[in-house]
Amino acid sequence: MLEIKDLKVNIEDKEILKGINLSVKAGEVHAIMGPNGSGKSTLASALAGRDYFNITHGKIIYEGKDLTELTPEDRAREGIFLGFQYPVEIPGVSMVNFLRTSINSMRKYRGQDPLPAGDFLKLMREKKKIVEIDSDLTNRSVNEGFSGGEKKKNEIFQMALLEPKLAILDETDSGLDIDALRIVSNGVNKLRSPENATIIITHYQRLLDYIVPDVVHVLYKGRIVKSGDKSLAKELEEHGYEWIKQEVDANA
Amino acid sequence: MQTLDKYLELFQKNRKQIGKDDPPFMKKLRDTAIASFRQSGFPGRKEERYRYTHLEPVFDGELSFDFQPRQIHFDDDEIFSCDVPLLDSMVVTVLNGFFHHPGKEALTRLDNGIIYGSLKEAIGQYPDLVKKFLGKNAPTSDEPFVALNTAFSQDGIFLYVPEGVRMERPIQIINLLLSDKNHMVHHRNLFVLESNAVAQVIICDHTLSPHMFLTNSVTEAYTGENADLDLLRLQNEHNNSCQVTNTWISQERHSRCQHGTITLHGGIVRNNLRINMVGEGAETSALGLFLTDKMQQVDSYTVIDHRKPQCTSNQYYKGVLDDISTGAFNGKIHVHPDAQKTEAFQTNNNILLSDTAKMYTKPRLEIYADDVKCSHGATVGQLDEEALFYLQSRGISKEEGRLMLMDAFTWDVISKIKHPSLQERITELVGKRLRGELSRCNNCAMHCQE
Ligand SMILES: Nc1ncnc2c1ncn2[C@@H]1O[C@H](COP(=O)(O)OP(=O)(O)OP(=O)(O)O)[C@@H](O)[C@H]1O
Ligand SMILES: [Mg+2]
Repeated sequence: MLEIKDLKVNIEDKEILKGINLSVKAGEVHAIMGPNGSGKSTLASALAGRDYFNITHGKIIYEGKDLTELTPEDRAREGIFLGFQYPVEIPGVSMVNFLRTSINSMRKYRGQDPLPAGDFLKLMREKKKIVEIDSDLTNRSVNEGFSGGEKKKNEIFQMALLEPKLAILDETDSGLDIDALRIVSNGVNKLRSPENATIIITHYQRLLDYIVPDVVHVLYKGRIVKSGDKSLAKELEEHGYEWIKQEVDANA
Repeated sequence: MQTLDKYLELFQKNRKQIGKDDPPFMKKLRDTAIASFRQSGFPGRKEERYRYTHLEPVFDGELSFDFQPRQIHFDDDEIFSCDVPLLDSMVVTVLNGFFHHPGKEALTRLDNGIIYGSLKEAIGQYPDLVKKFLGKNAPTSDEPFVALNTAFSQDGIFLYVPEGVRMERPIQIINLLLSDKNHMVHHRNLFVLESNAVAQVIICDHTLSPHMFLTNSVTEAYTGENADLDLLRLQNEHNNSCQVTNTWISQERHSRCQHGTITLHGGIVRNNLRINMVGEGAETSALGLFLTDKMQQVDSYTVIDHRKPQCTSNQYYKGVLDDISTGAFNGKIHVHPDAQKTEAFQTNNNILLSDTAKMYTKPRLEIYADDVKCSHGATVGQLDEEALFYLQSRGISKEEGRLMLMDAFTWDVISKIKHPSLQERITELVGKRLRGELSRCNNCAMHCQE
């Protein structure tokens, strides 16, 4: 489904990603872990098409297409969803208007008519249940004044509405209380299917107890320096990153 | 010949025609006005107040001017009806600065004592009433364009709401400009709300022919004790026109005033607003929203005078500028020594959509009392790129996303317009404007291509 080949990404003149290789197949869940500042969010943003980040080298192939040639909106319409580490507050844009415009843009891309108002409200109600999101939140402006946890829940709510093929969740678990973590994980698990794939960026092994990954990668200084099965996450939880850092820095 | 001399000569040569039915007080007003104007002249390039809008060259242009209403056969309903759905308003039409009332009374007096219609007629019929107010709040020494208007204006709308009377329906003044050559208009409105009176006035400015129009208007309003005035102006002239508005409002004790200016189109627009809080505990809010592109220039200049204690003022101005348009906001809050417990706030936020658009913003606070709460803030920025990317990442196109962000930006001001159907209509007009469609009222007969 997703093939990243020797991807190098700059911010201004600074190289942040220094040759990422990653292959994700349909039905898989990949976890990406790694110390702060190692480039995890940069990778996520590059996949979603933030033009602030400059791809200087390498390829991103998604479903056989060169992703870098698509605008961010077309990537989304092709089924890529980014759950933001820091969801943006947009005062004055109502959640309802935002979600309706989003869904209808996707539908238009697929040649479908806009969703009738009644169906849209029904869909909202249905998906709200999955993430147990407060009705009050959907009556407000996008993320405006949402608590940290509410913002994260809102990301999963949007994911549930949009039903992406490839979901990239950037620290969706950070800032969630234990109940919310369970709810969010359930939400993600409900959307898992043999046709979909998920990339989970996280610092905590705990999330991976709920959403069991097929592969765990460690990103460090812009490179994937280790990959393994879910036991790698356990190891990191126990020993931290120091041993990996030493390994990598010794070889450098 | 200098521009000033041209106007002095225009006045002298036509002195007999100008306000030929004027009662003595009007004659005196005009003579004082022209003397003030002779002294001040047009504001020069160096004058701080007019730094960004140089109007003398516009006034120097080849422009016709009418001393009497022109007989234009013109059916209000057929040519124009500014349709604000559900807005059940009393509509009065002003054509080239003269109250247009074919087959109707020039001045109407309702059973509850409300008087509305032609100002010229009101000067004739109620000279004592008009004399009490006209020119009292907008002195000709303060502002050259007020002086010029006082000297030349022939007509406009008069509204009188007696003590304790609440106008059930808003009055909607439609200013139409229609000519076969470049044309100048000086028109004048006077609104008087006695104590406890309530009124809502909507002024819509339109051009009906593609000629260059220069309008210099004065609107004087008085709100008596505990009176409530809601005054909204919708500027929608074509971009080959120049409009100077001078709105002078005086507020007595505990009166409330909401003033709003929405500028959709217009070549050069200068809006002077002066609110004079002469009674304790008065409240005022001033809203402003302008959307410009191409070579448009919109310049807002406000002065809020807090003269008595416990008055509140809120100024809320926003602008969206594209292409090589320019905007200016110069807002002054003046708290006089007597005005303790003043609360005065001002914000001015602007978005530049192009690298070539320019916005000048300058808040000015002059505070001579010590127990006051005042604040001001001004920003000039671009659309929030992070927010735009967030929208795009949900499949919303960049163009649609930009519009959503602009709608959100403008909604901040529009949401403060009280009348719901008017708010709805303005949302629609602003939305169309942002989408690059002509945001004229639907029934406009002027199929102009800009
Ligand atoms: N907009 C930016 N401007 C400059 N540097 C940036 C920008 N965004 C990210 N960086 C830098 O790029 C590097 C990688 O950042 P990134 O956000 O991808 O890290 P991360 O792995 O997601 O970290 P965390 O675990 O803290 O979320 C960091 O050194 C960061 O400072
Ligand atoms: Mg990150």
